[in-house]
Amino acid sequence: MNVPIEAYLIVSTIMFFVGVYGFLARRNLLTILMSLELMLNAVNINFTVFNRYLFPGQLDGFFFTLFIIGIAAAETALAIAIIINIYRNIQNIFVDKVNNLKH
Amino acid sequence: MAEQIIFYILAAVIVVFSILSVTSKRILRSATYLLFVLIATAGLYFMLDYEFLAGVQISVYAGGILVLFVFSILLTSHAGDKEKPRHWGRLLAAALTAVVGFGLCLYIILNNVFKVANQIWQEPTMQQVGQTLMGTDKNQYLLPFEAISILLLACIIGGIMIARKR
Repeated sequence: MNVPIEAYLIVSTIMFFVGVYGFLARRNLLTILMSLELMLNAVNINFTVFNRYLFPGQLDGFFFTLFIIGIAAAETALAIAIIINIYRNIQNIFVDKVNNLKH
Repeated sequence: MAEQIIFYILAAVIVVFSILSVTSKRILRSATYLLFVLIATAGLYFMLDYEFLAGVQISVYAGGILVLFVFSILLTSHAGDKEKPRHWGRLLAAALTAVVGFGLCLYIILNNVFKVANQIWQEPTMQQVGQTLMGTDKNQYLLPFEAISILLLACIIGGIMIARKR
């Protein structure tokens, strides 16, 4: 407990907003998904740090993080299936080219 | 002292590699940088004494999701492909959003007074984790656990339905 709680929170905030930048600035659908993972990770760090420093007797933050990791894995698998399907239809995965619902 | 040094190394790794990951032109490199960020996050969990969470982070994120990413990158792009950057106005707007949001959050974090608890900490034992996951009392999580299992089943079926050849 030698590191102050603010240090952890600042690291996770930087990570979150780098994710926001990547989400808005990239063109490739896969890199957008990666930025999403960065944001989810930052939120996970926040949950665990709050649990550890502010409420050490409880396990709520711990389980929130566990469930978020599970949901993130499911969501990524599905999103990648959709992206590969898009690639099969229009031969690239740039967001500005994906403007038709049906090919 | 050693704890602080390790924390600052992990923090530097996270910050540098997450920035490299969203700015790198080659997508495979950006996936590799993301792997470093995820492993450093597992290191932070180790520092907070959540060994179980760190193990889950490494096995699910670094072992599962990253492999999926690398597979789909290799399926959807050719070697040596570089991503063209977007219009500079778009980049500027994104950077501005990120910087303003970061400033706001930094202001809130530095001005809030956190009531850090002085309780004696002990790491949750495996038995405690299992009982909390499987119980139905207050502060126990059987219902979300079942919901996650249904979600994973739906996800498997959905993945097969979406990705199959017609």
